[in-house]
Amino acid sequence: MFWDEKIECMSKEDMEELQLKRLQDVVKTAFNEVPYYHKRYTEEEVYPEDIETLADIEKLPFTTKTDLRASYPFGLFAVPQKDIIEIHTSSGTTGKPTVSGYTREDLDIWGEIIARGLTMMGVDENDIIQNTHGYGLFTGGFGVHYGGQKIGATVVPISTGQTLRQIELLKDFKTTMLIFTPSYGLHIAEELKNMGTDPKDLNLKVIGFGSESWTDEMRKQIEDKFQTPAYNIYGLTEVMGPGVAMECEVQNGLHLNEDHFYPEIIDPKTMKQLPENTPGELVLTTLTRVGMPLIRFRTRDITKIHHEKCGCGRTLVKMDKISGRTDDMLKIKGVSVFPSQIEKALLSIEGVEPHYQIILTRPGVLDQIEVKVEASPEIFFDNVKELVGIKDKLAHAIHDEIGLRVNVTLVEPKTIDRVESGKAVRVIDNRNK
Amino acid sequence: MVEEYIDQLSIFLENKEGRLLNTLDIIEELNINIRALSIADTSEFGILRLIVTEPLKVKEKLEEKDFIVKITKVLAVSISDEPGGLNKILRILDKNDINLEYLYAFVEQKTYNAIVILKLENMDEGYKVLKEEGSQLITSEEIYSI
Repeated sequence: MFWDEKIECMSKEDMEELQLKRLQDVVKTAFNEVPYYHKRYTEEEVYPEDIETLADIEKLPFTTKTDLRASYPFGLFAVPQKDIIEIHTSSGTTGKPTVSGYTREDLDIWGEIIARGLTMMGVDENDIIQNTHGYGLFTGGFGVHYGGQKIGATVVPISTGQTLRQIELLKDFKTTMLIFTPSYGLHIAEELKNMGTDPKDLNLKVIGFGSESWTDEMRKQIEDKFQTPAYNIYGLTEVMGPGVAMECEVQNGLHLNEDHFYPEIIDPKTMKQLPENTPGELVLTTLTRVGMPLIRFRTRDITKIHHEKCGCGRTLVKMDKISGRTDDMLKIKGVSVFPSQIEKALLSIEGVEPHYQIILTRPGVLDQIEVKVEASPEIFFDNVKELVGIKDKLAHAIHDEIGLRVNVTLVEPKTIDRVESGKAVRVIDNRNK
Repeated sequence: MVEEYIDQLSIFLENKEGRLLNTLDIIEELNINIRALSIADTSEFGILRLIVTEPLKVKEKLEEKDFIVKITKVLAVSISDEPGGLNKILRILDKNDINLEYLYAFVEQKTYNAIVILKLENMDEGYKVLKEEGSQLITSEEIYSI
């Protein structure tokens, strides 16, 4: 099933033609309407007429989160404020939040891209979508909401939290699709188990999840615990929200809605474009955004993109799931480590729960890594030797993955914070304290 | 199932302040008596082993409070409380090449016998030789009624 077959199955030549036309338009609008771009482009002596081919995009400077913050709150809007009908912001945990403004047309496009994704996942007007993404300034809730309504599904806007209520509605409403962040999904699964509910007794047929990093092992656990396939949703507040790219039933990468967002992969050191199938930082340019065009926005997300006709029939460019973030990357003893690598190692051992925390300290001059892992009945034995063996096995698996020695500590269940609000705290860095 | 096997609770505990007290408080609330107890500990975690009169009830309650609890089958042997009493039992095991995982003991007040709780690598084999050599194995009922 396709939502918009013409676009989703368009030939590469036709897509590039469409992208170039839209890119030329958006650069012109940005230059003419947004003082930030006008100033930047004038300084760099690059002008809208310099964009003659898609490759010319490399002539344009990047936009970063810092630029967005410097323009806080409304400095990047390309239309008068009366035309902006909705505003969202990022969480602002690392500084001033970044603001994202939407015109009516923008909201329509947002709904459109989510509608494509939901259709890819086999969802239609007969489905009941229980949306546990937060409604509010966070983009997750509303993005899914607009798309769900667009395809005519029934949307239950419950937001994150109230887990027992979530379960009650899952049963009473016979929800067919559940949307969550992986850590909150696992929290729901735990509660389901505590209540003795068998997921087979629910009416769930599909899960959509995103807005947090995850590993294949984590997806496997989610699918096992809910007994239903789970598909990835990618997006970011600055560019639009969820729906920038979504996964189809083939579960091998996400289809990026490239008629609305032009993707590039760059080497974050040289800032040069990288060829297909080479991992690097994803850079996105909005091609149709009216309220707040973003040109060459550095997402900090690490992935790779590749063109091929997908098993589902779509030709939209595919991106791999995010393998890390350039700003999530930990430098430990000079080695680059992503929390996702540690998670992957832990979950490779059967019976290990995906509840862990990485604690970095520097007692002397050297970094030390402690990984706290919650014990589970499957890895608990009435035997000290076997328990120490499990610890060693975990430490060994992590060592194999990241090349560094870590100290694994087994802790009691439910002692590592669960986050009702959405995202789990995976890393505590006490090195500079 | 061998009638003389006794259900011992094994509980995972982090080595931190108040955890043992916390666990025992829960059992006290249930008004259940502890017959025997031992702790195996490392610097980070410990395994608390308990013989209680109603193991299933305790297990359920502790699991409700998010503890990890397993039931382990152990043997209880009554020995005369005199020098060399335990040696006799260990000699039987040694002679038959049966490895001991751990043991703990307590003295019974009525008969002044000592009761030794044994966890063997091969429980069935151990049970057989102890029985054959005439050791006094105690059933759950007997241990609960002490």
